[in-house]
Amino acid sequence: MKKFLESKSAVAGVIIIGTIILTAFFADFIVPNDPYFINIWDRYLPPEGFGNDSNYILGTDDMGRCVLSRIIMGSRISLLVAGIATSISALLGIFFGAVAGFKGGRIDAILMRFMDVILSFPSVLLAIAIVASLGPGMVNAMFAIAIVRIPAMARITRSMVLSVKQEEYVLAGYALGFSQGRILFKHILMNSFAPILVVATLNMGTAIVVEASLSFLGLGAQPPTVTWGRMLAMGREAIRRAPYITFYPGLAIVLSVLGFNLLGDGLRDIFDPQLKKKG
Amino acid sequence: MTKYFLYRLLQLIPILISISVLVFLMIHLAPGDPVLLLMGDEGTYEDYRRLQELYGLDLPLYQQYFRWVGNALQGNLGISIRQGAPVSQLIFERLGPTFELAIASVILATILGIPIGVLAAIKRQSFVDFFSMIFALIGVSMPPFWLGLVLLAYVSMNVGFFPMFGREGSIVGGLWIFLTSFNITPLYDGFRYLFLPAASLAIAMMAIITRLTRSSLLEVMGKDYIRTARSKGIGEKVVIFKHGLRNALLPVVTIIGIQFGFLLGGAVITETVFAWPGAGRLVVNAIIQRDFPIIQGGVLMLAIAFTLVNLLVDLSYALLDPRIRYQ
Repeated sequence: MKKFLESKSAVAGVIIIGTIILTAFFADFIVPNDPYFINIWDRYLPPEGFGNDSNYILGTDDMGRCVLSRIIMGSRISLLVAGIATSISALLGIFFGAVAGFKGGRIDAILMRFMDVILSFPSVLLAIAIVASLGPGMVNAMFAIAIVRIPAMARITRSMVLSVKQEEYVLAGYALGFSQGRILFKHILMNSFAPILVVATLNMGTAIVVEASLSFLGLGAQPPTVTWGRMLAMGREAIRRAPYITFYPGLAIVLSVLGFNLLGDGLRDIFDPQLKKKG
Repeated sequence: MTKYFLYRLLQLIPILISISVLVFLMIHLAPGDPVLLLMGDEGTYEDYRRLQELYGLDLPLYQQYFRWVGNALQGNLGISIRQGAPVSQLIFERLGPTFELAIASVILATILGIPIGVLAAIKRQSFVDFFSMIFALIGVSMPPFWLGLVLLAYVSMNVGFFPMFGREGSIVGGLWIFLTSFNITPLYDGFRYLFLPAASLAIAMMAIITRLTRSSLLEVMGKDYIRTARSKGIGEKVVIFKHGLRNALLPVVTIIGIQFGFLLGGAVITETVFAWPGAGRLVVNAIIQRDFPIIQGGVLMLAIAFTLVNLLVDLSYALLDPRIRYQ
């Protein structure tokens, strides 16, 4: 814990992520205006900042809806989709990677070749293709993001399992007659935890970007659900008239991704002091 | 080297087969009947059967696959449902612009990223270092297509030099015209249209290159042979650039190659933002119009291009570093 507080980037990351999670959780209470309320008389009001008569701190969009309120609401979908997708990819990736590294031989070869196939697509393109064939929507987007992030998890898990497998405490486990499952989960995976957590944290950032990309193309959660990616797409239509509509939702994306990247970098430094000295 | 080369080429075959199977299944196991989609709201059962037969959709799945792959190997990726043109022709027309965009981004990212990384490493823990690392961190966290939108909104709108959308001939074509007939306009126009999309794709990659150059150079500068070089009384500049940087750049070269592949994928959305007539935008439009032959062919071709680029990177890396070949 002391080490954690010493890492500036980890602390900064936690503060940013914490703020965004709290915002998403209490979104209903902190939105200044109803994010779904359409008011054609207030279309394209420019951002006026604080302390102004207007309620619209970040202005209004093409239907007179409050941009700030919509950004706050949109944080829910971003975190939800990225969070669930990352969890699914972590569960499956750890499972495949652990089995491949632990069993070795043919099972290893088959599982890892399968990962190679997923990796032979540019990940954004694969996610787009998957959603395009399953049909647009939040659940399919989650599924697609989960699939493209599995190989990263599987590879890191496999390499950790391969190195930990040879440790003496694992061999001791065999000598004591523990079952394979117990050795794999209690001894090997528990000791491979740190690097896996780092990759999962960095995956969250990627997942947020891919979700925004899918929503931007209209393949993510469908209206009236608010997503940051969709706000960008709507803003693009009015980019000459109201550039701020595209600016602020993107800033929210950058901030959340930055938070997870900072935390991931920080965790890596904490778990691997060697790397930090080099950097 | 030849042995390694052949080995890598052989490895390519199962990967290409798997890519084709995956792309095929993705479209064919998707919910919804493509024939009904083709027919629209009208048509009889006979029409339905005829279309099914025309596209071979009445055959068993594995026969459809072999038929599709067989045709694809002969350069036939089917006919676009909406545009009526051969898919292969549509794709090949647009692969050029996609590669042009990706290559321009790689060049931009490299010529800016490496010097900044070197500077940050040399002036370690100075303001230069601090700011370049902050910049790199933000650069990595930025979705390229959003950066593209911001450049459109705030640069293109205010600086008339950069047009908002589209593409006006290729840079290579423009260069050719300039060299043969001393007319610079096509080259100039090509550059104007290319710059903003390339810059928006380049920033994230530049951030990665900067970070890696810095950490790699710092690592190398701690090595024994650098101390030896210094103790021989060689000037610091020579030590950094000749002894340090040359060794530090190997991992940077790899990451540039890997990132180039990713640019081909990332370009999909950037192309849409800038209405760049590339293969990515073709696929995105096909998705919106549910034009399955284009989606299938486009994803297949982009995945193959991605795989080939990665192979080239691996091979060039083996050429640079003999240790790789013997692993």
